[in-house]
Amino acid sequence: MVTVYIPQDSAALAVGADAVAAELAAQCKTRGLTVTIVRNGSRGLLWLETLVEVATEKGRVAYGPVEASDVTGLLDAGLLQGNAHPLCHGLTDSIPYLAKQQRLTFARMGVTDPLSLDDYAAYGGWAGLKRALTLDSAAIVADVLDSGLRGRGGAAFPAGIKWRTVAAAQASQKYVVCNADEGDSGTFSDRMTMEGDPYMLIEGMTIAGIATGATQGYIYIRSEYPHAITTMNAAIAKAVAAGFLGTNVLGSGKAFSLTVRKAAGSYVCGEETAMLESLEGKRGIVRAKPPLPAIEGLFGKPTVINNVITFASTPIILAKGAAFYKDFGMGRSRGTLPFQIAGNIKQGGLVELAFGVTLRQLMVDYGGGTRSGRPIKAVQVGGPLGAYVPESAWDTPLDYEAYAALGLVVGHGGIVVHDDTANMASLARYAMEFCAIESCGKCTPCRIGSTRGVEVIDRITLPANAGKVREQQISLLKDLCDTMVNGSLCAMGGMTPYPVLSALEHYPQDFGLVAKV
Amino acid sequence: MTDIQTLIAAHRDIPGGLMPLLHAVQDAYGYIPADAVPAIAKGMNLSRAEVHGVITYYSHFHDHPLGKQVVQVCMAEACKACGGDELMKHAEKTLGCAKDDANHGTSANGAYTLHPVYCLGLCAQSPAIQINDALHARMSPTKFDSLLKKVA
Repeated sequence: MVTVYIPQDSAALAVGADAVAAELAAQCKTRGLTVTIVRNGSRGLLWLETLVEVATEKGRVAYGPVEASDVTGLLDAGLLQGNAHPLCHGLTDSIPYLAKQQRLTFARMGVTDPLSLDDYAAYGGWAGLKRALTLDSAAIVADVLDSGLRGRGGAAFPAGIKWRTVAAAQASQKYVVCNADEGDSGTFSDRMTMEGDPYMLIEGMTIAGIATGATQGYIYIRSEYPHAITTMNAAIAKAVAAGFLGTNVLGSGKAFSLTVRKAAGSYVCGEETAMLESLEGKRGIVRAKPPLPAIEGLFGKPTVINNVITFASTPIILAKGAAFYKDFGMGRSRGTLPFQIAGNIKQGGLVELAFGVTLRQLMVDYGGGTRSGRPIKAVQVGGPLGAYVPESAWDTPLDYEAYAALGLVVGHGGIVVHDDTANMASLARYAMEFCAIESCGKCTPCRIGSTRGVEVIDRITLPANAGKVREQQISLLKDLCDTMVNGSLCAMGGMTPYPVLSALEHYPQDFGLVAKV
Repeated sequence: MTDIQTLIAAHRDIPGGLMPLLHAVQDAYGYIPADAVPAIAKGMNLSRAEVHGVITYYSHFHDHPLGKQVVQVCMAEACKACGGDELMKHAEKTLGCAKDDANHGTSANGAYTLHPVYCLGLCAQSPAIQINDALHARMSPTKFDSLLKKVA
């Protein structure tokens, strides 16, 4: 009996993985071959999806990108024996893209059947929770603090400080909320986690609940991620049945329950207070802070809010200790970040590495340059609110502080590459347009400023406005951006100027200005 | 089809239950009918204005029926980097829909609804689209046309 792995991650489904699985099953039946097809998560080598793996004595052998029409040829060549074929990449674990990574959080990704509790336990699952249950609240929080783990959603606030605040708060009910509203273009690590290793998120949130005394958790998942919603719901049901969740977590006498909540297509609900409003059944309007959600959060109760990857990083911290995790990274950016290389890139995918890697290494050594084969013109790091990173910073180590010093953001680790056909004035206009579409409308700089921003950029790029009018409009755009940065209530309006001003600064010729020498 | 009152009763006691209720109504009816709003408001102890405000705030909720096939084309940066804008233009032309028109992106014959979407999480395999419940990545106008033939 041969085991074949065919991912069921959205990234594989979107390029025909179901058809590959169906074709393989049908052909094996016709040929009288017995195979077990496991629908695993994705390894994150997304240009190779659908990546089919075959278990052999030497290890798992990878083939990709496989389409249903390739199955006949693959079986003829001896797919089930791991034989050579033009689509064969040898042992999966030896593919340099994967072998060179430092996979802590994503160690199980693509290796296991996402919903198999046996697989999860066999690959180190629940060790963190089991250890947490032997510790008191302060000791768990101390581990998270000492690990240096900072919020992976983008704001990079130390996770342990949030946990400590909620643990110290006195209330009849506390909550743990996972922000899985991964709306940034260029990011998919939250989606992969929920689809490919859901128990890791459940374990991380349960640890947070035990540490802070919160007994109810919510996972707020965007409606654009239907597969993540289905997988998380199935995983929660299995975890409850197996005693990992519920009124008596692993017989500890402690309670923790989890509920998935489906979002409804509002980008700004990725902002934590807008998300809380949405969870309460309201329009996703940003709240003024203070009070901090750790003091008055969901339904007015103390609430730990972290991103998927933040929670997912805590099981390994509890299992292997704060020092193990802290040993990765540089400066005040400790541990690893699952970078997501996207856009016009030859080898796009998920690359988990310690902080300190450079953008050039990610785009060139891993990404292999653009998919179009043309020169890289621009790269946006940190989502739609992140700046375009000039080439002078491509060799700067990715580290929260090093990036902040240059006016850049690491954010959620999304990297979107554009080739030399990109028009940066058009992308700057889009940043303002996106802000106008998604603004919650509460504060004026964001609500009105974004629309004015689109209009000003249109006037800048109008050929008839060359010369003095254009210069005036450029000043106006800079003033407007200053108002948005300093006057907006949240990052939506406050950071939209990052891509706009960085595009203007580094690509003035696209705005009809003379390029700097 | 599940009765509105049954759905309301199932969600009335859920903390912050309006969003899950609206999802349930839309799943059952394909959209949120205007005449359901007073019943939802009464059942959830909210004003009609509050319910209307929530429905119209979120782009996922629709207060009008959609076309038979719902096509979403990603317009975000990673898809723009690989021809997302051109794909949207092609889709508008092919389907006879305009993404921002008064008809809410639905073609005159009601066959298609075309909506922009801001990220499907397939950013390393852009451009990406969704047709009804199915995701499709590494799209091109040619692939778009052949997919359309399959669903039609």
